[in-house]
Amino acid sequence: MTTPRPAQEIAAMIRAGEDSAVDVLEHHLAVIEAGEESIHAFNLVMGESARHRARAIDAQVAAGEDPGPLAGIPVALKDNLCTRGVPTTCSSRILEGWRPPYDATVVTRLADAGAVIIGKTNMDEFAMGSSTETSAFGTTCNPHDLTRVPGGSSGGSAAAVAAGFAPLALGSDTGGSIRQPAALCGVVGMKPTYGTVSRYGLVAFASSLDQIGPFATSVADAALLFDVIGGHDPLDSTSLNRPTPRVLSVLDEGVDGMTVGVLTEFLDGADPDVVARVNQAAEALAAAGARIEEISVPEVALGLSAYYLIAPGEASSNLARYDGVRYGVRVDAEDTVAMNTATRTAGFGAEVKRRIMLGTYVLSAGYMDAYYNQALRVRTKIIEGFATAYARCDVLLGPTAPTTAFAIGAKVDDPLTMYLSDVCTIPTNLAGHPAISIPFGPGDDGLPIGVQLLGPALSEGTLFQVAAVVEAAAPALRVPRITTGAPS
Amino acid sequence: MTTDWQMVIGLEVHCELKTATKLFCGCPNVFGDEPNTNVCPNCLGLPGSLPVLNQQAVELAMAIGTALHCEIRPSTFHRKNYFYPDQAKDYQISQYDEPINVNGHLDLPDGFRVGIERAHMEEDTGKTSHSGASGRIHGADYSLVDYNRSGVPLVEIVSDPDMRTADQARAYVTELRAILVASGASDGKMEEGSMRVDANVSVRRSVDDPFGTRCEIKNLNSVRSLGRAIEYEAGRQIALIESGERVIQQTRHWDEGAGRTEALRSKEDAYDYRYFLEPDLVPLVPDAEWIRAVGDTLGMMPAARRARLAALLDDAGGMTDAQRDQVATVVDLGLDDLVVVAVAAGVGSGLALARTANEAATDADAARVLDPKSYVELLTLEAQGSLSATQAKSVLADLLAAGGGDPAAIARDKGFEAMSEDSLADTVAQAVADNPDEWSRFCEGDDKLAGFFTGLVMKATKGQANGKAVAAELRRLRG
Amino acid sequence: MAEPARLTRQDVAHVAALARLHLSDEELDLYTGQLAQVLDHAADVASLDLAGVAPTAHAMAVINVLRLDEPRPCLDRDEVLGQAPSVEDHRFRVPRILGEAP
Repeated sequence: MTTPRPAQEIAAMIRAGEDSAVDVLEHHLAVIEAGEESIHAFNLVMGESARHRARAIDAQVAAGEDPGPLAGIPVALKDNLCTRGVPTTCSSRILEGWRPPYDATVVTRLADAGAVIIGKTNMDEFAMGSSTETSAFGTTCNPHDLTRVPGGSSGGSAAAVAAGFAPLALGSDTGGSIRQPAALCGVVGMKPTYGTVSRYGLVAFASSLDQIGPFATSVADAALLFDVIGGHDPLDSTSLNRPTPRVLSVLDEGVDGMTVGVLTEFLDGADPDVVARVNQAAEALAAAGARIEEISVPEVALGLSAYYLIAPGEASSNLARYDGVRYGVRVDAEDTVAMNTATRTAGFGAEVKRRIMLGTYVLSAGYMDAYYNQALRVRTKIIEGFATAYARCDVLLGPTAPTTAFAIGAKVDDPLTMYLSDVCTIPTNLAGHPAISIPFGPGDDGLPIGVQLLGPALSEGTLFQVAAVVEAAAPALRVPRITTGAPS
Repeated sequence: MTTDWQMVIGLEVHCELKTATKLFCGCPNVFGDEPNTNVCPNCLGLPGSLPVLNQQAVELAMAIGTALHCEIRPSTFHRKNYFYPDQAKDYQISQYDEPINVNGHLDLPDGFRVGIERAHMEEDTGKTSHSGASGRIHGADYSLVDYNRSGVPLVEIVSDPDMRTADQARAYVTELRAILVASGASDGKMEEGSMRVDANVSVRRSVDDPFGTRCEIKNLNSVRSLGRAIEYEAGRQIALIESGERVIQQTRHWDEGAGRTEALRSKEDAYDYRYFLEPDLVPLVPDAEWIRAVGDTLGMMPAARRARLAALLDDAGGMTDAQRDQVATVVDLGLDDLVVVAVAAGVGSGLALARTANEAATDADAARVLDPKSYVELLTLEAQGSLSATQAKSVLADLLAAGGGDPAAIARDKGFEAMSEDSLADTVAQAVADNPDEWSRFCEGDDKLAGFFTGLVMKATKGQANGKAVAAELRRLRG
Repeated sequence: MAEPARLTRQDVAHVAALARLHLSDEELDLYTGQLAQVLDHAADVASLDLAGVAPTAHAMAVINVLRLDEPRPCLDRDEVLGQAPSVEDHRFRVPRILGEAP
């Protein structure tokens, strides 16, 4: 059993001609071949196009060209990222078979950096969920225990990296959908500051919360991927037009002199073994020179409720376009209204319908001020609460998820219980802040636990710096049996 | 309509902006291209698409706001959510409670002021065409959608309910159109749909009563239709009330052929658009410098142009009613600069105005691009007497058709020469001799007969005589 | 701030129609229960006194993002229409539209 090679190392060797992109790809395709039936991380494995691309990368290197910082690295993409000519389904029946006529900006940036797109990964339908169980195409299994969920909504991407199917993956995070599955699968997952990574081509769930971010097996690899995808995009009006933090270069700067606040509200609802890991991480940071203090941000307790008003509200509007007129599935009927209704009723799953109706309700006349606008005021309070905390601390520390991976089917019939999985991740989305989940050993049941670092807007450099120290101190986590791990 | 009833009219005008690209994407803003060729992820509402605001559209919206004396404010965009096949995202991005332009006014030519509540930006929908003979929705089996127009920038201009007659409504639309064209924001082509008017009409028994229930009338494709529809609708509402019924608030469709409005849907079941702030866009906060720059580069508005010509006429002794109409025509066609240039070069204002309003206006497109120097030369030849009116008109027609030229050379080529004084005198004398009765009446003071004799001389000389010279000769003969 | 009334079956039927979703009677009952639960949980937000707190719609305060009025390449019409459920005459075909836009 060996740990997978860091992506950075793979790319360096390919660029130097010491390794071939084709061989690297074949290795990963073989791992997928061996394990995908059990795990079901992918909606689509793009073997042919990936081979074509890998050959092109090798040819570039042979011709003395530099393919870029991700040269030859297989990258898995969550299936809500538009890939031209390649089905992009958001794990929904309503988009089954839809081939976008354009690429998302991050997809273009990956290609320009030399990456090899290896497949589109499974997810909760339209990113609505915390377990990948709402996918219309079947759930994904956690590589550490196939009876457990990988988390969600980016469960497929997290599982793909955890299983060794790809060294890197992209997901999207609206209320924790990168960080929570990263924690449950024992990999690194990070949500950037809102506006640092372009949303152009990311199928929208909740526009003011959605962000694309990296999955990797190490902090350094996540940094590598973040540096490639981040940066201003004129096609996204919410994209920040200011220098994006470059993080790879600051990874080794340590935590000496920094103040780390352990967020008490997040510990309150977490299982004891999760709390223990967070405390262990705090001790490691103290040993490395950081000052640790307990900090309370009472406003975060309102985050869950505010999120479940804002996100569905925006989602109900974002998903109106799925009407059977221009693309996707259509269920025919006598008139357009009936056709819209039949199409959406057949095409959307239960969780999506629930959130659309909830969102329509909280936006509707007579209720908008009490619900939606009120939630926006709560958001202001949360931002103020964090600001007070960051006046004292450089970063905050807490669990990513309150428990380890739960059993498949355990929470599916109880939406409210499912929503509670996101209580530690949601506040950062509301504030637009960055956060990263780092695997920090197993829980009592042997399943992965992730600890979360949170920072103020545009503090990615600091976050990664501290994350590197946490990672160095992390107890070993058993690598899932599925991975063959052997480099070619 | 019985005299005690009063109409209350407000108008909503949607104006397509003359930008190169759409409001939120770089697709061409062009009328008439092959269907669904000017589309992209954004204006098709594809998953993952995002809007980015067109700077020129903002500039033109601000120009409209300036021209309508609005306050230009920081503004935001909202989503107006509703399902419809021509609405690519099944929501429209518009401006709701924070529009860019508010609290303006438009003065009708007679001085009556109509308040402008707001003029905000929003995106246009695609176009549906319906199967079936009538081409209308009702009775069609299916429809076809073209998204070329989806996302085209619009400014919606909402007036206060200040108008009280159909004439005022017509005058408002006419003047607004001229302003929109003069500001460069629009080509004002109602018949092409780049300017669409909806009318809100209600009635009340007297000015002291509160406003009655109003109905919105759509499908008004011309100023004339607007007037007819308003008159019809007011009459309909009055008849309802007088027969003891009440007016139901609803949207009605104007049927031009049948000459009446028909109910479309009841506005009492007001649709819940669930407006909320567009999360994919950020606030628009034009700074004072930008606002000032827009104001500085805004051309002269129609009212100012009319005043400018009126001043020229006043200098020359006053403006007649006929000349007031000529001024309106000339400004409306964008030919007033020609008049100003001619007068500045010494041509009489009456002549310059008349020739422009009556002759140049027949081919206004050509006149707008004519070299002013040629035009002034021609008018000067006429003013000096070198060319008669008829001859001058003929030369002008050639100038317009050819897109320019040398008036003197054209006149020579046509064989137009001024009549010699002698031959003119002879022709006048002949006309006098042939009509002794009329001549004695003219000598006794019947000045109107000058026209009679001038007409005879014109006929005899086939239009070559200069009218002024004839008149002068007649007066000389009379003594 | 006064709390809004509890979510009813009729409310859910209304928003389902507004959102072009058809629900069976069982689904209506099920969803009403589930959504009411979520909203009960959200009541802690609805009942807060936040008068005087400005709502934050955008976490990052950006303004004036504009684009030059220059044409960009459009999509290939065949590629777009190739993904459409029903096409006629280079247009998207839809079944009978019942009325005007709301």
